[in-house]
Amino acid sequence: MALDKTQLIGLYRTMRLIRRFEERVVELVNRDEIPGVTHEYVGQEAVATGVCAALRPDDVITSTHRGHGHILAKGGDPRRMMAELMGKASGYNRGRGGSMHIADLSLGIYGANGIVGAGAPIACGAALAGKLARSDRVAVSFFGDGGMNQGVVHEALNLAAIWRLPVVFVCENNGYAISAPISEMAVVERLADRAAAYGMPGTSVDGMDVLAVHAAAGEAVERARTGAGPTLLECRTYRFVGHFTAEKARGIKYRSDEEIARWRERDPVVTYPAWLRQQGVDPAMVDAEVEALLDEAVAFARQSAFPEAEEALDGMYAVTYPGLPARGW
Amino acid sequence: MREIRYLEALSEALREEMRRDSKVIVLGEDVRVSMRGLTKGLLQEFGPDRIYDTPISEAGFTGLATGAAMAGMRPVVEYQINALLFVAFDQLVDQAQKLRYMMGGQGTIPVTYLVPASGARRGLAGQHSDHPYPLLVHMGMKAVMPSTPRDAKGLLKTAIREDDPVVVFAPSALLAMKGPVPEEEYTIPLGRAEVKRPGDDLSIIAVGPLVPEALKAAEQLAQEGISAEVVDPRSLLPLDHETILASVRKTGRVILFDDSNRTCGYAAELAAVIAEEAWESLRAPIRRLTRADVPVPFSPPLESYVLPSRDRLLQEARALLAPSPYLSPTGGEEKR
Repeated sequence: MALDKTQLIGLYRTMRLIRRFEERVVELVNRDEIPGVTHEYVGQEAVATGVCAALRPDDVITSTHRGHGHILAKGGDPRRMMAELMGKASGYNRGRGGSMHIADLSLGIYGANGIVGAGAPIACGAALAGKLARSDRVAVSFFGDGGMNQGVVHEALNLAAIWRLPVVFVCENNGYAISAPISEMAVVERLADRAAAYGMPGTSVDGMDVLAVHAAAGEAVERARTGAGPTLLECRTYRFVGHFTAEKARGIKYRSDEEIARWRERDPVVTYPAWLRQQGVDPAMVDAEVEALLDEAVAFARQSAFPEAEEALDGMYAVTYPGLPARGW
Repeated sequence: MREIRYLEALSEALREEMRRDSKVIVLGEDVRVSMRGLTKGLLQEFGPDRIYDTPISEAGFTGLATGAAMAGMRPVVEYQINALLFVAFDQLVDQAQKLRYMMGGQGTIPVTYLVPASGARRGLAGQHSDHPYPLLVHMGMKAVMPSTPRDAKGLLKTAIREDDPVVVFAPSALLAMKGPVPEEEYTIPLGRAEVKRPGDDLSIIAVGPLVPEALKAAEQLAQEGISAEVVDPRSLLPLDHETILASVRKTGRVILFDDSNRTCGYAAELAAVIAEEAWESLRAPIRRLTRADVPVPFSPPLESYVLPSRDRLLQEARALLAPSPYLSPTGGEEKR
């Protein structure tokens, strides 16, 4: 599928947006404007960007604890994301979820998730519902190399295979499950090879190459959409930063500086616009646009009010009853 | 009124709801042939798009039901045995139950989890005999445990129509029970307990399979001159505090008769509610009759020993009603 100039620039815009969003998030975490910790997507931008560019607005994704990139790439509003990260009432989840749980059902974002692999069967369910509604909607389940060892992911792969569900399983292999190298956590060299066990195609692509990801995802999405069943797509990538924001401050180290530097040379947010310029496309105007968008997002989040404390008891049930949920006092 | 079995009542409820709403689908292990008969014939009537035999992947198909529900379906998930809830626990309590809240109230997750063999059923030992409703209720999951065929049908229909996850525990001890079930359409709301037998001297709050045992005990006690009221919460969450408290305020004495483990069990919650809300009405300490805190053992005498029984209930009731010098200054008949 050939991309036109606007689409090519769009890929850069999304990657740049994710990168700068995450860099701003780190600053805000360090300034305590964002409570808790966040898991940055820095380095992996080409994966979410390439995959989500192959999706339609009504397609569904389930995301991970490292979810900001997926949500931005699926069309999430940076203002409501930033507000959620700050725990504000105007946030996507009205301050209930924070970084690891951003969801927007109207955009098909069935939630980031704090439990590794938990979104995989949920994506299968969305896919089954789409199929029963005679829609050609597709569901994408993102998980990491860590998630690739989670039992429920294998159950989901099998369920999708036996019922030929329109699911694309995207394994973002960034080499480490927190600190544990995948080379020690799995014997197979290519995680995509595991697809064979479920009778589905398994593709492994360079996750630092947004065009390669987009092409492979496009094929997998097309397969799913036309009723040919699920695909396991492994995207080999790398996170340039720690597992979570506080890692550096704690002096945790499990990767060599050389290794990080080697991967940084392949930074998609640098190499891709360089390639674009070689093609005679100058994406420079995107940077200012992204900064303006993020300025607005941060300002929106800062200006937004915190939820009223009593709202903590709202929204747990669609149907409520006297005394439900119980107060703790 | 016609009489049908508890299992047939559940089966009728499921079939009627599937006819009523094409979004209702059924998932579970062996549901097409139906090992107990609960889902028998559904494949023939509704076709393969509405009923799915799943692989042995409890976490997987539980999560799948969540996603399908978020996307507009109304899945009913059957677990062949109660312990499978443990295998699926993250998907139940961390996903299905929490997601709506954590998403800030977006969407609905209308899933019914049907557990048609909860509790002990003689000779199945520790991994097939649990009654894990306190764990789910503890995590905020709506749950019901009907004790009659009529309640079973009415509550399952409500559970399926509810826009939240609801667990329906159908105790194995009750599946063959026969009882009156109206032919006409009806539902029973969540959060409504029922006084199954009125009485004045003592309240027995009995849960699930222990309700018929409590009724038999009350009959026996009546012959001994003790008037026992039997209250069935039916809906474990939401719980009808008012009906339970009204009973305790009337009788002043209460035995909690509950087939879950003792420590942090369902009876512990009932006891706390009563102690907090009806302390001034109590004329005797709250008594709990529960399971022992051990896995249910295999051998029949061992199994019987650890489960709450009618015999122990009778002993407790008699002891509570016996004149006590400590509870009554006159040492004889108590006066209000």
